[in-house]
Amino acid sequence: MSSPAYNPSELLICSAARLMPDSTTAFIGTGIPMLAASLAQKMHAPNLVTVFEFGGTGAILDELPIAVGGQRTFHRAIAASGICDVMEAAQRGFIEFGFLGGAQIDPYGNLNSTVIGDHDHPKVRLPGSGGSNDVGSLCWQTIAIMRHDKRRFMEKVDFITTPGYLTGPGSREAAGLAPGTGPYRVVSNLAIMGYHPVSKRMLLLAVQPGVTIEQVLENTGFELLIAETVEENPAPTAEELRILREEVDREKLYI
Amino acid sequence: MEIIQSGIAQLIRPPDLNAFREWNRKKPKTLIDKRMTEAEAISRFVHDGDYIGTELYGTVRCPMSLVNEVVRQGKKDLLVAGQGVLELDMLLAASLVKKMDITYAGLEVYGVSNCLRREVESGRVETCVEWSNAAFAGRFKAAAMGVPFIPLRSMLGSDTLKYSSAKVVRDPFTGDPICLIPALILDVGLIHVHRADKYGNAQIDGISGFAAEMARASRTLIVSTEEIVDTEEFRRRPDRTIIPYYLVDGVVHAPFGSHPGEMCYLYQRDEDQIREWVKAAETPETTQEYLQKYIYGVRDHQEYLELIGQERLESLRLGAEK
Repeated sequence: MSSPAYNPSELLICSAARLMPDSTTAFIGTGIPMLAASLAQKMHAPNLVTVFEFGGTGAILDELPIAVGGQRTFHRAIAASGICDVMEAAQRGFIEFGFLGGAQIDPYGNLNSTVIGDHDHPKVRLPGSGGSNDVGSLCWQTIAIMRHDKRRFMEKVDFITTPGYLTGPGSREAAGLAPGTGPYRVVSNLAIMGYHPVSKRMLLLAVQPGVTIEQVLENTGFELLIAETVEENPAPTAEELRILREEVDREKLYI
Repeated sequence: MEIIQSGIAQLIRPPDLNAFREWNRKKPKTLIDKRMTEAEAISRFVHDGDYIGTELYGTVRCPMSLVNEVVRQGKKDLLVAGQGVLELDMLLAASLVKKMDITYAGLEVYGVSNCLRREVESGRVETCVEWSNAAFAGRFKAAAMGVPFIPLRSMLGSDTLKYSSAKVVRDPFTGDPICLIPALILDVGLIHVHRADKYGNAQIDGISGFAAEMARASRTLIVSTEEIVDTEEFRRRPDRTIIPYYLVDGVVHAPFGSHPGEMCYLYQRDEDQIREWVKAAETPETTQEYLQKYIYGVRDHQEYLELIGQERLESLRLGAEK
């Protein structure tokens, strides 16, 4: 089957959707995670429980929310509560996956969405943590979605807004974060990455269709570990794209 | 308790729980008609230098009519609980913010806030103390509980903690590190709700964000409401009351009070108006033109709604979508 044409957003959405298994819980933010969750619900994960930070739990994402607190985040949901209830559920270990993004990421998956430059005299003041730090601290596994270039994939981020593996093995636990939690995947327009089980450094697992390992390395500002076998992530299928375009984002809000 | 780490930021507003108890004891418990206009509520209850907070989620249920009035009256040197989108942008655009506890100030799908950038990068906002969303809600929850702090298992290990005024201590029961976040008691809280009675009893439909916690963490609370209803509605369904009247100091009737934000089950957000703001916020000049047109140039919320136009507002109403 020849693969149909798709744009970079569609690639990220399909890649992220495939990472979500059925019958699990996922903390969903605005943008690509929402589209990915909706696509997953319509493909292989009809029982995916979406959790939105301001209180929507178990929404059926028939129509895409624009805002993380909008009405569609609790459309035909199981519960409409508040932020404390949702954060406490994550803190009790009820939320498996969380999605993250940011301006910068380092080899340990630490993310910056607070400032570029010095905190007290920033070159660029970014929005801040929002729920990001909590997702990175409290969910079991996190998936970061990033545009891939050297200014974003850096040896050292300007500010650790959201903890990844901090300075390496054991450092999350030493800081007081719950054992067994941490970054799971990074999905970029060039590759899918995981983390080395021992060193906790970022590890190249698969390249996106048509991308070479060299291109990934050239666009990464730190030494990226490479898995023994680097797969090619399958391109979005015609079925995924049809559902994405005709059902998930039929109002063309995002793609 | 052994302190392992202290955030380097000074606590903007240390909570005085005993004073809060005395204050709450004196708040009137009689049923008083508290209806008033935005102008009256803001001039009576918000003062230069006050610590204020708004309750909302993004552009949802944001108390815009109240915040626009704060801007119109030019209440300055404000200390602000920084979690928001449009209403924070208006306060920043008018250079009214002196210090912020901040978790998120941005424009969601439209990205970084240029008003935040200009105010912080120029130093006009003197201090940004960092927190996470759970920490923000938790700080209100601690104040609502009447306790000085609560433990939290996030922020640990991050620069968000380093640049906050949280502390990491050794849990006296287990010896494990745990983050403590201090109670945040507001001088004035601003909350927009679906319906209230004239005394201040209030209901919110759909998710409730951190309304319950922030209402109880506010010394003075101004509630704006889409609809004023009879107290009988509360007596009939007391389980639906999220804010009881004795927390409330002013009740403002504000239909479309979240415009251009949204109210679930009532109206959707006004995307054209939000885009107009995003565009205007790109430069200081166009930012001021926007404020002039939509805030300084109109007398009150009613005149603002007339400027937006009845036809446009009607087009935002949600029909049978429930």
